[in-house]
Amino acid sequence: MSSALRREDVAHVAKLARLTLSDLELDRFTEQLGQVLEHANDMSSLDLENIVATSHPFGLVNVVREDVVRPSLDRDEVLAMAPDAQDGRFAVPRIMGEAP
Amino acid sequence: MKSAEHIVRDMRSGATTASVELENALAAIKARNDELNVFLYVDDEGARRQAEAVDAGIARGESAGPLAGVPIAIKDNFCTRGIPTTCSSRILEGWRPPYNATVIDRLLAAGAVPVGKTNLDEFAMGSSTENSAFGPTRNPLDPSRVPGGSSGGSAAAVAADMTPVSLGSDTGGSIRQPAALCGLIGVKPTYGLVSRYGLIAFASSLDQIGPFAKNVTDAAMLLEVVAGHDPLDSTSLPEPSPSLVAHVNDGVAGKRVGLVRDLVDGADEDVVNAVEAAAQALRDAGATVVELSIPEFRLGLSAYYILAPAEASSNLARYDGVRYGLRVDAADVTAMNEATRTAGFGDEVKRRIMLGTYALSAGYYDAYYGQALKVRTMMIEAFANAYAQVDLLLGATTPSVAFELGSKTSDPMAMYLSDIFTIPTNLAGEAALSVPFGTGEHGLPVGVQLLGPGRSEAQLFAAARVLEIAQGQ
Repeated sequence: MSSALRREDVAHVAKLARLTLSDLELDRFTEQLGQVLEHANDMSSLDLENIVATSHPFGLVNVVREDVVRPSLDRDEVLAMAPDAQDGRFAVPRIMGEAP
Repeated sequence: MKSAEHIVRDMRSGATTASVELENALAAIKARNDELNVFLYVDDEGARRQAEAVDAGIARGESAGPLAGVPIAIKDNFCTRGIPTTCSSRILEGWRPPYNATVIDRLLAAGAVPVGKTNLDEFAMGSSTENSAFGPTRNPLDPSRVPGGSSGGSAAAVAADMTPVSLGSDTGGSIRQPAALCGLIGVKPTYGLVSRYGLIAFASSLDQIGPFAKNVTDAAMLLEVVAGHDPLDSTSLPEPSPSLVAHVNDGVAGKRVGLVRDLVDGADEDVVNAVEAAAQALRDAGATVVELSIPEFRLGLSAYYILAPAEASSNLARYDGVRYGLRVDAADVTAMNEATRTAGFGDEVKRRIMLGTYALSAGYYDAYYGQALKVRTMMIEAFANAYAQVDLLLGATTPSVAFELGSKTSDPMAMYLSDIFTIPTNLAGEAALSVPFGTGEHGLPVGVQLLGPGRSEAQLFAAARVLEIAQGQ
């Protein structure tokens, strides 16, 4: 795998992660993230073809419970901590353009 | 400061009250918190209410709980109902959770008295507590040095005698490394032993809650209270809390211990010497110590710094300015999300989110994330092979004693290397602890690490107790 992380790769990833970076930050993060990826290249030379991937130490299985009603968080208490709420719901800025 | 064991004994004999012990803790916090920046929030009022409730229960003739009257510090990534919970991040500043983490409810039921929330590296990402949006915590043993991280505040609270015990979380060493740097016992229990419900997620397949204490018995008492199955955490192990305190003095006679070269090589000379001396102390107590090499451990750092950021990039997607914490207003919702995250997260969190996003993105997934998942399998198998030969493993916790503030902040890779000996345990989901063993450079404490298979906490405590006794404690 290539260790040459490019400035435009970092800019792309920042956009995906919803982060705005200044030019200076882009330079710095490109160098720092490049170093971590370069260290990770010691895994690339390994022949791991026959090894099964582990995403979780004990292998996750779905856990289910009886379908009974139990107390949940109080709606008003939760909404009181939200940046904005309206009519018992979270409120956000406009998602789509003005109605025609 | 009295140990937790001592406080509980005095509570039972009527020699003290929870309120007296709490006021001692609050006075100790007041004396040094400005200097050391240990607590982000001290909940005097809530703590006094809990202390009075514990004392009133005992006055009514109820029996004292297993942690009755014990003041305890809580890392600020645990949800505490109505109490500010920040993860040391601007993005959660001012947020007060509507519920308690399971471990908090268990502490309250056991009669413990949570006194406040301790500083950490933002979202538990770091090894020095310098990545906090609210300033670094200083090491109580030498305030020019770091306490380690990410649970640096919880370690410093105990090291500064503010509380006898505290809780932290360990994703790649965030309990054991600060324990080593502050001269404490710090435990990373088996994955699933302690419920993570209400622990704000960093890397869910690696995060685990555990105790800090000045002695093995206190650590065992605290872990016993918080461990055990919780239906609210689907990764929680099915069994009830294990019996730990009763086995603290079981010793190591007849046990086989593997001294792992790969958990010592590269460490400073004073650290290597401490591990060799610990090996001798275990031999003197009747254990057989053999040398082992587990070369797979050397791949741990690379795998970890792909897997943990990958999980973090997903877990931290929830901080979008919609439901809690910071919102930076903007014209539309996408711009609001981006402005909020840009203003709310610090540099280290941004680095890890981007690293994880990159490792999971099309074209790089197999090369980085896929490969790291396979290295994780190798790690699990390497541990299993070792535990077929020996009962426990021994090595260093960290490559050096506590380092100076600012000495690694400009070089993330140098900071990451301080977790090189602790990461393998998290990848395998197994148990390990750090126990202070002697002093190194500048008279600072050195931690040695004891590692065991899943659910081996009782054996680990017994071995750690042998090392305590060898130091005349």
